[in-house]
Amino acid sequence: MKKLTGAQIVIESLIAEGVDTIFGYPGGAILPTYDALLDSKIRHVLVRHEQGATHMAEGYARVTGRPGVVLVTSGPGATNTVTGLADAYMDSVPLVVITGQVPTTMIGNDAFQEADVVGITRPCTKHNYLVKDVKDIARIIKEAFFIAANGRPGPVLIDLPKDVQQAQHTFKYPDHVEIRGYKPTIKGNPRQIERAVDAIEQSEKPLFYVGGGVQWSGASPELTQLVRGLGIPVCETLMGLGSFPASDPLCLGMLGMHGSYATNTAVCNTDCLIAVGARFDDRVTGRIADFAPKAKSIIHLDIDPSSISKNVPVDIPIVGDIKPVLADMLEVVRSRESLGKRRETWSKWHQEILKWQKEKPLYERRNGDGNGHISAVSVIEELHNLTKGDCIVATDVGQHQMWVAQLFPFERPRSLLTSGGLGTMGYGLPAGIGAKFAAPERRVVVVSGDGSIQMNIQELATAVQYNIDLKVVIMNNHFLGMVRQWQEKFYQERYSYSAMSVPDFVTLAKAYNAKGFRIEKPSELAATMKQAFATPGPVLIDVIIPKEEAVMPMIPPGGSMSEMLFA
Amino acid sequence: MRSHTISVLVENEFGVLARVAGLFSGRGYNIESLTVNEDPIDPTVSRIVLVTSGDDQVLEQVNKQLNKLVSVIKIIDFKDVDTIDRELVMVRVAVDDRTRSEFDSIVSAFRGRVVDIGPRSITVELTGDSEKIKGFINLLRPLGIKEIVRSGKIAMARSVQLNGGVRRSKEIA
Repeated sequence: MKKLTGAQIVIESLIAEGVDTIFGYPGGAILPTYDALLDSKIRHVLVRHEQGATHMAEGYARVTGRPGVVLVTSGPGATNTVTGLADAYMDSVPLVVITGQVPTTMIGNDAFQEADVVGITRPCTKHNYLVKDVKDIARIIKEAFFIAANGRPGPVLIDLPKDVQQAQHTFKYPDHVEIRGYKPTIKGNPRQIERAVDAIEQSEKPLFYVGGGVQWSGASPELTQLVRGLGIPVCETLMGLGSFPASDPLCLGMLGMHGSYATNTAVCNTDCLIAVGARFDDRVTGRIADFAPKAKSIIHLDIDPSSISKNVPVDIPIVGDIKPVLADMLEVVRSRESLGKRRETWSKWHQEILKWQKEKPLYERRNGDGNGHISAVSVIEELHNLTKGDCIVATDVGQHQMWVAQLFPFERPRSLLTSGGLGTMGYGLPAGIGAKFAAPERRVVVVSGDGSIQMNIQELATAVQYNIDLKVVIMNNHFLGMVRQWQEKFYQERYSYSAMSVPDFVTLAKAYNAKGFRIEKPSELAATMKQAFATPGPVLIDVIIPKEEAVMPMIPPGGSMSEMLFA
Repeated sequence: MRSHTISVLVENEFGVLARVAGLFSGRGYNIESLTVNEDPIDPTVSRIVLVTSGDDQVLEQVNKQLNKLVSVIKIIDFKDVDTIDRELVMVRVAVDDRTRSEFDSIVSAFRGRVVDIGPRSITVELTGDSEKIKGFINLLRPLGIKEIVRSGKIAMARSVQLNGGVRRSKEIA
């Protein structure tokens, strides 16, 4: 049998896994693999910073549901991926990150561009490997893709010393994996599913609380059928937005810190909370003791047993992959005619929530702030007008992110790409680029802030090099807006180092050979946005908004519904 | 807060102990005692016996988080299980003619074993559960302990449980 180099085995293994795109950056310790890559049909996207590569791979993974692949060199190349790995770990994004390493003979000698990458990334990966022998490469890559994509998804890192890439071995890609310590539970316990349906049937005010797990499991169709079949309202976490169509009146939008009055009041009043692929994050629960205080039963569907009863004690846990669990639940629901009698009670409960929505809607005033400034809210609305909602939106982190989450109605899963758990500024632009590589036919919009966009602005060069058709809306208030908002509300308006001078984004776009637009008046908003969106290629749109506009309502961190701020 | 013994079977490969220890430090759990050994029957497996402390919710999370590690094959949780547990201690005690008889009577009462004798000191080894080891050390202390080394705890479920019936400890696959 013909022998291949370790580097060739890496590339052949990736091809065997169906990898079509790699986001990466070459350097000394990974050059053998880059050399082998040149002869392959895999498309390589040259980024400008390795952090950008990880976020692009995240965007790619979120849109396709398949692991995103990153290839970087040792030392600084590898350490630059750490933020992206931590981000992917928090939000359960499947990645396979391959890092070059100094030759095995030099490991531990403080060699040039050496870092203990397996040690550094241990707490922010689902699993990681240091490959010490060329004969292990194929098996480890097979395992890495399996671990990244199965069970609760997450990032896996493979550290690959240079001499292992250069060594030779025969290549045979394994057809299955056998990891005795890793066997995720897929099917839910039928007895528990019966118990859950019993609890729902006995409830007066049931409420679904759905998270990112629904999207990763591809369970939106099952969820939608179940919710509509039962007529029970749904609230979503930031990662869950799009799991259930926003246009359906049963959809109450986002809950938690910046959830609406009606949605959070529903959580406060439900007697049966059905958590689906969500993890009771502190931005959702606020003060634990006051979360869903009237819930007689909390049902929790999750693939990760460690998510169950971690923050909030759960009455009926169901461990399994959301899609088959919801399908089984649908069967039980269909076979139980007595559930039909509950519809009227639940419909009254839904009407009660709709009444709260009318009493206190999100943002009453929507056209400018009355002082000739553009309202942030109107920017999101205009974005929706222009796209008719048919686009993928990638955001950064901060006020603009929450405005998108509150106001942009997501009809389909895998449409919002955002950094939820880690809250990584600089995520949006590269994630948007990754999304475009994953789904070239879809429109991709990045919504960012003047602070966030500067954290990975260099990836604009990547977008230009590959002529990515990407519209980047910068909601520019010359401030770290969310920091400013917290300082205003909780630190007596002491604005400690949150004001920021920003570059001229239009000129900057031009310097990168991209197009730039600036919008300063409400009267220009619609027309200039339209013009910018009609301009092909990467486009920056700098929208000047007032610094005083805040994301409302807001439950202070660690607070409860009774402390909700409205202005 | 209560102490709690867990036996963890892991893949016998480099870095596994760091994964387990890192999980404890990263999530703010305590390790009170730790022993690690290659399994004498299956060398592809190592056994980590550790003692941790916390309330029931913390202990449940410790188990679940350990189980999430890909390198962890099986967890044997000794919660609510009758166990035989042992530690080993070696104590070097200053002994002279005046204290020799007291030393001998303590060692024989505890069934300790003298393993080294020097001109002015004697070294004794003892195995037993934590309480026995503690009592032994307390009695030797007035004689003058020159050096002491104590192992972590190892544990096994008893084949017959006090609450009746033959039962294996609770295994989390």
